[in-house]
Formats: sequence, structure tokens, C-alpha cells
Amino acid sequence: MKNSASENIEVKLLLEAIYLKYGYDFRNYAMASIKRRLFHRLLASELKSLSEMQHKLLYDSAFFETILLDFSINVTEMFRDPSFYLALRKEVIPVLKTYPFIKVWNAGCSSGEEVYSMAILLNEESLYARTQIYATDYNEFILNKARDGIFPIDCMKKYTSNYIKAGGKKSFSDYYTAKYDSAIMEKSLKAKVVFADHNLVTDRVFGEMNLIMCRNVLIYFDKKLQNRVLKLFHESLCHGGFLCLGSKESLRFSECADDFENVVKGEVIYKKKHK
Amino acid sequence: MLKPECINKYETVVIGASTGGIDALRTIFSFLPADFKQAIIVVLHLSPQSRALPQVLNRQCRMVIKEAEEKEEIRGGVIYIAPANYHLMVEEDKTFSLSLEGPVNYARPSIDVLFETAADVYGENLIGIILTGGNKDGSQGVKKIKKGGGLAIVQDPSTANVDSMPRAAIAASEVDHILSLDKIGLLLADRLPAPD
Repeated sequence: MKNSASENIEVKLLLEAIYLKYGYDFRNYAMASIKRRLFHRLLASELKSLSEMQHKLLYDSAFFETILLDFSINVTEMFRDPSFYLALRKEVIPVLKTYPFIKVWNAGCSSGEEVYSMAILLNEESLYARTQIYATDYNEFILNKARDGIFPIDCMKKYTSNYIKAGGKKSFSDYYTAKYDSAIMEKSLKAKVVFADHNLVTDRVFGEMNLIMCRNVLIYFDKKLQNRVLKLFHESLCHGGFLCLGSKESLRFSECADDFENVVKGEVIYKKKHK
Repeated sequence: MLKPECINKYETVVIGASTGGIDALRTIFSFLPADFKQAIIVVLHLSPQSRALPQVLNRQCRMVIKEAEEKEEIRGGVIYIAPANYHLMVEEDKTFSLSLEGPVNYARPSIDVLFETAADVYGENLIGIILTGGNKDGSQGVKKIKKGGGLAIVQDPSTANVDSMPRAAIAASEVDHILSLDKIGLLLADRLPAPD
């Protein structure tokens, strides 16, 4: 047997151990990336093998927390991919305006940059007062950062440029207060946001959403888990509800390809089909 | 040192290039026949804004060129290009996955990330090629390909637009061939004449 095959067995056993001991289920994550991150951690430690690492994380919960953070990739921006937000504003918002009340789910919200982007967008379109946003992530540490809504001031130049390209109607600096090295987001932006701990892998449906945004989360899952989560999204959406994924994600290779239609050319915005 | 290689025994070719890479890739691709059997997977460093790379490379190429898509099955006879701003990886079931993990060797996509994950999957059935470029990305990937029994080819640094990437790869491991672009193209097309 090749060495890489033995390593794959070690990875699988380690993920099984994490699941049995801590309840976090990474067994259906895309393996290449998980394996890379584990070996990265191994090199930075004094441990000799993944099997040794498995032993350590079973008896050392602080070490497990480190691994948990390694597994959680929190790369995000406000108004990330501005053309997506522009399309949302032009094509999707007019439809949402026809509803008396709107429920939005930002699944895998990470540190919240896209939650605040969505709140700003809905605000400018006079929809925020009748909206409820659910912002969820399985990582409690990062979810607290989202709750705080404090971002590095250095990022604001990029975010301002994104905001303008996304069709922003005001001055972006109206939405935050600068303090030392931080930008504190306007409190009113989270008035309609519920931040909640939710794990897409193990938790259940969120009911009757008009729009689900889950960007650059599915890329870390294997096909089986992607299909499971897409079904969960399908069940959580109301008829004609919108599903927004990351710009390199698509339903093309999934079992749900026929349950949705792409509604905006060039953007990953789907609409749940009537059946 | 140059022994004729039987290209047919390999399943996949991975190529890494940086500065000057577009012209280098075009040259190599111009030698490949429309019915080239192997899959070719390319990481080319470029700015996050670049979009139409497959179209740019399409000229003078008889094979199908497309951007690699998440969860797409890797098929022989197709040239896949890593999308800008994402790491491209090969999964055990020979599909692609993407990741937004931080840059590796200041690069995303990183050549090392593609080469190392491909070496894991293809082992001795993999060819890795490092072309022109201004950093050391790819050298660890080539090392891993050699460790797994695959074939390592590096562009002759004296013919490279920028030579640090080929030099780093040669320094990091015992590579099999150091060749000009034309000869890499001929080797892949199985038309490289045996040495005298």
C-alpha cells in the first residue's frame, strides 16, 4: 500500500475520533484541504504522526480547539464580489419588495462581513424594517466576532471600493465609526439580526426563508455533504425563494441541479422551482 | 541523461508557471495533438482580476481548455486552468476542489498546493512541470511528486523568462529532465527524438 493511502486512513480515523469525542463532524469535508491543514499543524507541533495527533486531541481539549480553528476558514469581505451584490440589488430586491415580511438566512456567516453588507443593502432599499436576518456559524469564537461587528480599519478602503461597485447609495463611512485601529459598525445594522450557533453538517432545517446566502462554504464539503446541505436549503426556502452561493460554486454537479433555476446570468443566484 | 519516456503510462500532467507563463504555456500547448490522452492541470499565478485565461491560452491549442470547476471530474484530453484567487486541489476520487485558505508562497492559487494534492492521488502516474517564474512556488510540490515516483520536468533556467522558479525546483530535488519549452512540448507529444 502506498504511503499516501496509509495517511488517508490516519486522516479518517482522526476525524472519526473528533466526531466521537467532541461531536464535530468533519468526516464529509473535502479531504485534500483537511489533510493539508492537518499536516501543516503536524509540522508546527512536536508530534511525529497524525496517529500521535489523534491521541493528543482525544485527551487535550485545548489542542482540539486549535485544530477546530485550523478547520474553520474565515476568509471574507464586505460586499465581496461586488457584481453579486449589484445583481442582488437589481434583480432580487424588486421581487423581495413584493413580500410583506422577509426572512434571510446567512449560513456559515463567519465573522459577519456579509451579514452587515446585506443589512446595509436592505436598509438602502427600504426593506430592512420588515426583514429578519438569521446569521449562523458553527464556530462560536467567530460568531462572537460577527456579533461585535468590529473590523480592522485597514480593510475599510477595500470595502468602500466594493460598496461603490455594488451600487451603494450613500457614503460607506456613514455605516461605521472609526476608533483607533478599528471600524465599529453602526449598531442599528444588527437590530434585525439574530446570531445563532448552527452546524450545517449536523443541525436541522431553518423554516420558510425568502433568501439563503451561503457563500464559499460548500467548497469545503464533499459531494455527499454538499447534497445534504443543498437539500436542507431547499427545504428551508419558501416557494420561489432565492439561494445565493459563492462565485465559484454551482449546483451543476449536485443532485439538486433540477430543483433550482439560475436567475441572473453570470452570478450564482438560484431560485427554487415550483413543483 | 535524456531517456525516451513512454508518456502513455502517465495519467495526468500538472504544470506550474508564473511571470512569463502565458507565452511559455502557449509554446508547449502548440505541440500537443487534439487527441492528447492525459489531463493537464495548470496553475498560473495571476492577479485576482484576470478572468479570461482559458480564452487567452486557447489560441494555437488543439485541445479543449477550460477553467477547473469545483467538484468537476478530471477527464483525460482536457486542459484545466485554476481559477484566479482560489487554491486548486485534487481529491481522492479525481475531482477538483477549491479553497480560500491563505496564500502559500505568497500565491493563491499556489503550485505547491496543486502538485502536493495531485501527487497524493496520482503517485507514479503523475508528471509535474515547472516553468518560468519569479519565486520558489512549486519546488516542494516537485519534491513530493518525485517522492511518490512521478516524473519531474523543469524548464531549462537559461531559456526561462524569469529563472528563479525553475532554479528553486532543481535545487529542491533530483528532477528528471531540464529542457527548453520546445523539447517539453515534444516530450509530452512523444515526439522527442532519442539522444545520439
